[in-house]
Amino acid sequence: MADEVEIRQETDRGGAKLGFAPWADPAARPLVRFDAVTKRFGETRAVDALSLDIFPGEFFALLGPSGCGKSTLLRLLAGFEAPSEGRVLLDGTAIDAVPPHRRPVNMMFQNYALFPHLTVEGNVAFGLKQEGRPRAEIAARVAEMLALVKLAPLARRKPHELSGGQRQRVALARSLVKRPRVLLLDEPLAALDKQLRGETQFELMELQARLGTTFVIVTHDQEEAMTVAHRMGVMDRGRIVQVGTPAEVYEQPNSRYVASFVGDVNLIEGRLAAVGPSGLLIDSTVGAKLATNQRVEADVGATVWVTLRPEKLRVATAPPAANENCVSGHVAEIAYLGNVSLYKVRLDNGFMMKAQLPNLTRVVERPIGTNERVWLSWTPDAGVVLTG
Amino acid sequence: MRRGASSFNLAAVALGLAFLYLPMAILVIFSFNASRLVTVWGGWSTRWYAELFADGAMLESAGVSIRLAALSASIATMLGTLAAIALTRAGRFRGRTLFTGMVYAPLVMPEVITGLSLLLLFVALDLDRGFWTVTIAHTTLTMCFVAVVVQSRLVTFDRSLEEAAMDLGCPPGRTFLLITLPLIWPAVAAGWMLAFTLSLDDLVIASFTTGPGATTLPMRIYSQVRLGVKPEINAVCTLMIAVVTAMLVVFSLLSKQTRANSE
Repeated sequence: MADEVEIRQETDRGGAKLGFAPWADPAARPLVRFDAVTKRFGETRAVDALSLDIFPGEFFALLGPSGCGKSTLLRLLAGFEAPSEGRVLLDGTAIDAVPPHRRPVNMMFQNYALFPHLTVEGNVAFGLKQEGRPRAEIAARVAEMLALVKLAPLARRKPHELSGGQRQRVALARSLVKRPRVLLLDEPLAALDKQLRGETQFELMELQARLGTTFVIVTHDQEEAMTVAHRMGVMDRGRIVQVGTPAEVYEQPNSRYVASFVGDVNLIEGRLAAVGPSGLLIDSTVGAKLATNQRVEADVGATVWVTLRPEKLRVATAPPAANENCVSGHVAEIAYLGNVSLYKVRLDNGFMMKAQLPNLTRVVERPIGTNERVWLSWTPDAGVVLTG
Repeated sequence: MRRGASSFNLAAVALGLAFLYLPMAILVIFSFNASRLVTVWGGWSTRWYAELFADGAMLESAGVSIRLAALSASIATMLGTLAAIALTRAGRFRGRTLFTGMVYAPLVMPEVITGLSLLLLFVALDLDRGFWTVTIAHTTLTMCFVAVVVQSRLVTFDRSLEEAAMDLGCPPGRTFLLITLPLIWPAVAAGWMLAFTLSLDDLVIASFTTGPGATTLPMRIYSQVRLGVKPEINAVCTLMIAVVTAMLVVFSLLSKQTRANSE
């Protein structure tokens, strides 16, 4: 196995310190390319003129609400659907005419789709048997794969004798044992409880880094996508609205849709009042003047939106010195989440703002209570100005 | 919250069961009658069973019936399973509703009409009537039942299992043999049982479509009863009840397993 598997030490995700960034390299050849792919089901366009490149060794997440076409995209790659228009390319070759059973791509299904009449071993060996591999090789590779997912002691069990987490591992082993060029994961962790999901996310990342296989995961859970993926594509109604590293998508969303789908956000509508050398000044609907050090493609007078992440706001019980980037209101609700507390603040004009404070100490009484007047303020680089 | 059954309910159930099974119970009991007279009890005996097994014509008819049932059930199972697959898998093709209706129509068609129309067909085609024409007729009748049984299993079948198999490199045909068939076989076997039982029971269609040398057991019994009921008939009927009951028990066990599999 070692001769075929490239071991990568790099496991950093999302952050700026990434050494692995083939998408930024103009000479890099994508492994998977969706070339203006449209998939129609009757009148609806599940995938709409979508183009996307995924690079070798990448862990790519497709993120979007249910019905946005992300699963259809995966099924187009697996071969269960054929594009109505456009092409799907693998390693530079169009694979639209290749049936699913001849594609070097394997899929882990959302419900795992384990064969109920076969044992764990039988399930994992199934793909290799179809290749007509010698019996000894099948046995060795199945044993190796079961050891990798820590299922060796359960090899002779049937799927109905396993827990949800164990079934998930069988499905993973079964789809990886054929050493696919691309592994497709359709909501692989949706059926697991929260704690197990968290652990499994890290195991998936570790496995992907060890094997170097290209992973494409479909999920509606933005936390999951941000945890596991090198890059993520946010989807809306059959289109990809933004592609980027988790940090790029979170800190620099390109639309209100992305800003509100990925993470919690305060969206403040305003009118562009002035464009200065150091940034923009915005008249907002929340009463305050907002200053940012950003630039946007918009004229003075245009409607813009400022997105502010709750954790970027400062909460104070006395008015801060600066007049800009500051609003005031009463605390309407406090959600204590353990590591952080989420404050819902009703501004004087009725607008609700969310602010998040880390609980750095083990205080029993909260320093700020409900109905207390507070001032929310932020720095000029905290907000992202959007025009759409 | 369970309440005991009222005496009215108990009486209704008892009367219903008696209406259904009393005649059969009498038939079974009288098959062990020592007396030659069918309606007079003369003590326990198995002599009519002994006489039955010495009756060459009766045994020959039993053989015809069993071969006929096995063969027509097997063909009907194959055709019925294919029809069920077409009905559940082919999506919305033109004339699907019509096709569905046509598959189900023989379930409610009077047997006399099925029998007569088949007879006319065989005459028109100038086929020699006999074992093979009855086989064809019974296949026609029973494949609809198989289709219904198998279809009810296929609608709950998880297609992603087949997709997973194909994804792992298994061509569609082999996927059917390795994945689909092993998972739906209880339904297929139940369909076969049902088809076998129906063929074994049938008198009307067989009478229309058979020819010399292929007298089925129900036909033999019917023709003998017209000359007067011999206790031997009670014995053969008891054996038929036993076979059919066994088949139905297996059928219901298989159906139960089918439901368990699809959950």
